[in-house]
Amino acid sequence: MIKAHIEKTLKASENPLKIDVKIHVSRGMFASLYGASGAGKTSTLRMISGLLKPDHGLITNHEDLWFDSNKNITKNPKHRNIGYVFQDSALFPNMTVFENLEYALTNKRDTKHLYQLIKLMKLDELCNQKPGTLSGGQKQRVALARALAQKPALLLLDEPLAALDNESRVELQDCLLQVHKTFRLTTLLVSHDIAEILKLSDQVFVMDHGKITQQGSPKTIFTQNSLNENFEITGEISKIERQGIQFCMTVRIQNTSVKIMAKKFEIENLKVGDEILVGTKNFNPFVLKTSD
Amino acid sequence: MNWDPIILTFQLASVTTFLLFFIALPLGYWLSQTKNKFKPLIETLVSMPLVLPPTVLGFYFLIAFSPGNAFGSWLNEWLGIKLVFSFSGLVIASILYSLPFMVHPIQSGLTNLPTSLHDASTLMGKSKTTTLFKVLLPNCKASLLTGIILSFAHTIGEFGVVLMIGGNIPGETKVASIAIYDEVEALNYNTANVYSLILCVSTFLILLFVYLQNGGSLKKYRR
Repeated sequence: MIKAHIEKTLKASENPLKIDVKIHVSRGMFASLYGASGAGKTSTLRMISGLLKPDHGLITNHEDLWFDSNKNITKNPKHRNIGYVFQDSALFPNMTVFENLEYALTNKRDTKHLYQLIKLMKLDELCNQKPGTLSGGQKQRVALARALAQKPALLLLDEPLAALDNESRVELQDCLLQVHKTFRLTTLLVSHDIAEILKLSDQVFVMDHGKITQQGSPKTIFTQNSLNENFEITGEISKIERQGIQFCMTVRIQNTSVKIMAKKFEIENLKVGDEILVGTKNFNPFVLKTSD
Repeated sequence: MNWDPIILTFQLASVTTFLLFFIALPLGYWLSQTKNKFKPLIETLVSMPLVLPPTVLGFYFLIAFSPGNAFGSWLNEWLGIKLVFSFSGLVIASILYSLPFMVHPIQSGLTNLPTSLHDASTLMGKSKTTTLFKVLLPNCKASLLTGIILSFAHTIGEFGVVLMIGGNIPGETKVASIAIYDEVEALNYNTANVYSLILCVSTFLILLFVYLQNGGSLKKYRR
C-alpha cells in the first residue's frame, strides 16, 4: 500500500498553492487523481515519486519508508523503483525505441522481459525508429512500455493521454488496463477526464486547490453525487428527416453528430444550418433555436 | 613567409579548446542544474571576459604569474613552471579568456532540454553521470559543437591577453594576431595581408561549418 501524508507550499506563481493531501492506495488498485488545472495533481505525483521534496509529511510504500520529514529521511527517487509516464512522453530523442526500452532495464540481460513488452504493446515495427518519427499515441505506448521495463511495483501516470486524439486515447486506455492487470501493478493516474477515470479506476481522489475534497469509487463520486436532471448543449442542424409522425434532426455538436427526435411544432421554425440548444429540464427534453 | 605564427595560433586554439571543454562541461552542467545561492556570482565571474578589455585580464595574469610575486615565484621555484612569456601561460590565459564561449552554450543547451528527460532517467535508477553522458549530452550536440567552435575561433582572434602575458617571442608566444601587428609596424603590408587573409578564411570556414551543421544542412551527406 502506498501511503502519502504530505504538505508543500508551491511558491512559483503569484498566489502560492498549499498542497496538503492524504492518499492511501492499496496494492493492485488503479487510483486516479482528478481535479482542474493547477489543483496540485502533478505536484502530488512528483512528491510521491521523489522528484519534488515535500515540506512536511510521510510517504511509505508497504514497509518501505520513502520520506519522513520528522526523521529527515528522503529515499533517492532512483531507488524507489517507480514507473513514471510523463505527459510529454520524455522519450530520449537520441535513442531508438528499442534503445529507450533497453536503457530502462534494471538487468541488461533481461531481454526476455523486453521482448515480452514489445510483443504485448505491439511495438515490433517501431523498434528501430527514433521517437521523433512517431505519432503522439505511439510515443505514449513506447513511454508506457519503457516505464514497465524496470518492473516497477508502482506506476505513476501524469496525464499521459491528455494530448491524444480520441482513437489513440481509447486504444491506450485499453492498453493501460491490460498492463495494470498483467503486471499486477499499483497505479496512480493524474487525469481531468471523468470518462477516462470511470473506465480505468477503482478509486478516485478529487483535488481542489491542493486539498483532497472527495474520495471513493469513481461511480459514486461522478454519477450518484453529481447526477443532474438539467443539461444543455448547443449544436448546428445538418439534416431534418420525416420519420412517420415525427421528425429526426441530425445535429452536429463539436466533432460528433447526434440524432434528436422532435415533434412537428418543434421544428416549424428550424432549418438546416440553424444553431440550436438541446437540453433537458426535470428530465424532459427540449429544443430551442438560438440563431436568427 | 614565416608560417610559425599561423601554426602556433592553431596549436594554441587546439590545446585551449581541448582543455576548456573538460573544464566547462562540469561547470556548465552544474550551472544548468543548481539552485545554489552562489550561482549568480559564478555566472558573473564566468561572463566577465565578455565585457572586460582583454588587456585587463592580461595585466592581472602578468602580475599573478610574474616571478617577482608570491604566486609566480612559488610556481617557478617549487614546480619549475614559468607562465609569463611562455606557451603554457598563454594556454591558461586563453582558457579563462574563452571560458564564457564554452560554458554558455553548454549551460544553455542543457537548460533547454525538457526536465522530464532528466527526471525519467533518474526514476529508472540511473546515476547523474550516466544520465549526463547517455541522455543529456547526446541531445544537445549542437550546443556542444557551438561551444567548441566558438572557443576555437575566439582563441584564434586573441590579441590583448596574448600580448600582455606572452609578449612577442617567435616560435613561443608570437601568434598570428601579434605577427600581423608586427608586420604592419615594420610596414610589411604584404605579409600582414597574407596572415590576415589566412585568419579570415579559416575563421569563415569554421563558423560556416557550425551554421551548416546546426542548421541541418550537412545531414544529407551523412550515411
